[in-house]
Amino acid sequence: MTQYVLKRLAGLVPTLFAIGVLVFLFVHLLPGDPARLAAGPDATPETVALVRKDLGLDRPIAQQFVRFADGALHWNFGRSLSTKRAVAEEIAERFMPTFWLTVWSMAWSVVFGMAIGIASAVWRNRWPDRLGMTLAVSGISFPAFALGMVLMQVFAVDLGWVPAVGNDSWRGYVLPSLTLGAAVAAIMARFTRSSFVDILGEDFVRTARAKGLDERRVVIKHAMRNALIPVVTMMGLQFGFLLGGSIVVEKVFNWPGLGRLLVDAVDMRDYPVIQALVLLFSLEFIVINLAVDVLYGLINPAIRYR
Amino acid sequence: MGSSILRSATDDAASGERVRTPWSEFSRKFRRQKVAVAAGVFVVLLVVVAVAAPWIVPYNAETYFDYDALNAPPSLAHLFGVDSLGRDIFSRILMGARISLAAGFISVAAGAVIGTLLGLVAGYYEGWADRIVMRICDVLFAFPGILLAIGIVAILGGGMANVIAAVAIFSVPTFARLVRGNTLGLKHLTFVEAARSLGASDRTIVLRHILPGTISAVVVYFSLRIGTSIITAASLSFLGMGAQPPTPEWGAMLDAARSDMLVAPHEAIFPALAIFLTVLAFNLLGDGLRDALDPKIERV
Repeated sequence: MTQYVLKRLAGLVPTLFAIGVLVFLFVHLLPGDPARLAAGPDATPETVALVRKDLGLDRPIAQQFVRFADGALHWNFGRSLSTKRAVAEEIAERFMPTFWLTVWSMAWSVVFGMAIGIASAVWRNRWPDRLGMTLAVSGISFPAFALGMVLMQVFAVDLGWVPAVGNDSWRGYVLPSLTLGAAVAAIMARFTRSSFVDILGEDFVRTARAKGLDERRVVIKHAMRNALIPVVTMMGLQFGFLLGGSIVVEKVFNWPGLGRLLVDAVDMRDYPVIQALVLLFSLEFIVINLAVDVLYGLINPAIRYR
Repeated sequence: MGSSILRSATDDAASGERVRTPWSEFSRKFRRQKVAVAAGVFVVLLVVVAVAAPWIVPYNAETYFDYDALNAPPSLAHLFGVDSLGRDIFSRILMGARISLAAGFISVAAGAVIGTLLGLVAGYYEGWADRIVMRICDVLFAFPGILLAIGIVAILGGGMANVIAAVAIFSVPTFARLVRGNTLGLKHLTFVEAARSLGASDRTIVLRHILPGTISAVVVYFSLRIGTSIITAASLSFLGMGAQPPTPEWGAMLDAARSDMLVAPHEAIFPALAIFLTVLAFNLLGDGLRDALDPKIERV
């Protein structure tokens, strides 16, 4: 087991390296001169030259990469071009709101999604299934930003039950996490249903029924354990989806998180912030995928690590 | 499976019925699914409307302004109402269908073609070609889709063409992995070995014998991905990185409607419904295709 994790961690090194190179090259792919971007539009040629030297942009590209990689390893990405503050500081401030938003979205969507999926599989082709699957296919078809606008209008503006913006209390989290989690709940419901339908047709389930167990025990004790194994994998994959989705949802609800920081940074061409955020998002995504693989092995005794 | 099709074909031929081909089998299974057929009809209608839009719109979507009816609700003159600049929302929705359908279709088609070729090469030759292709896929998968798109837009600048390129790039690894998996499974089957022993070239084996075996999975993913891609493209426009005003793109229209939600909710409702119904139709069609072609393909 430990060996497997170590092996997987070692396997990440080339991927991380490739991502690092891409993120580094990003600055050089930008149209225009990065030194001029950093110095600002009104800077004199002398200032631009000074900034170029200061950022190390006058050195050979290999040296620049070493400098970038060294900074990245020490979580140092320089300063934001628009606010002049350290990028690491900006990110630290915005990290928790996005983290909690993602966690809450994941929590409710997994619980509801799996419940709908299980109900649909157990009452297959009857009304709970039809209702559940209609909701689910609608959930994957309704864009998050439109859902967010609708929820905000109805529950915050018209009914006034929860605040439309702000993350001061738990009530501020209700609408954004509903919006962000809706698509994930829908995907989980569809996936859980198909996984359960397969399992309920297996021989061991028929055996359990044949020996006279009541249906509830069959579903909970025999089917659930086996059906949930692929569902866990799916859940991990959805984290990446949430990271991406948070970018859109944070704009709708004016959320002070990483997603909005990224959107603003792209608007302002604030490339140190963009670089750091792209690196951070990718890193999170990779770590989560690794964690899911390991978890998958723990709950599925059929898998033996080589 | 091959023998059962053969047997049923001879039975049918003996009883004087039509021979069952894979195509007739597919159309029989597909036609049984009323919802998917309805979704398919809706998609066809949408395509017709999108193609004909410039000739059927009641008003010009970008240059017609009715200054006396700013934010007017739906009426006979303006079926979906008027936006805050005095433009006819119905006309803009129709013209927007062109943009969203083109964005969804072009990006996924490009991703599917490139991904399928890479998947065929990786799965058939294995070895270093496989390692390189799969490593690239890993790197692309390491970025959540929309993040990759934002990165590309940040480099290339905003605009619909760049959004389409971005969505195409992150469709590639999905298709590459799917086709690679199928290719690995198919290439050791007897009919491929038979072709090889007859002296068929690699090219013939891959294109004539393996590619057709991967097509059904690609078709299902194609339909399901179009829905996702339309949402992604609209999301980028909503974030201000895709279509720029005054282009009547649905996501951009929703973004513009945000400030008028109180006085003119119809400005948001119609573009939202347009995106929802379009994506829903592609998803229902994809589900139906999957059930008719291969129920074992799982949606990711």
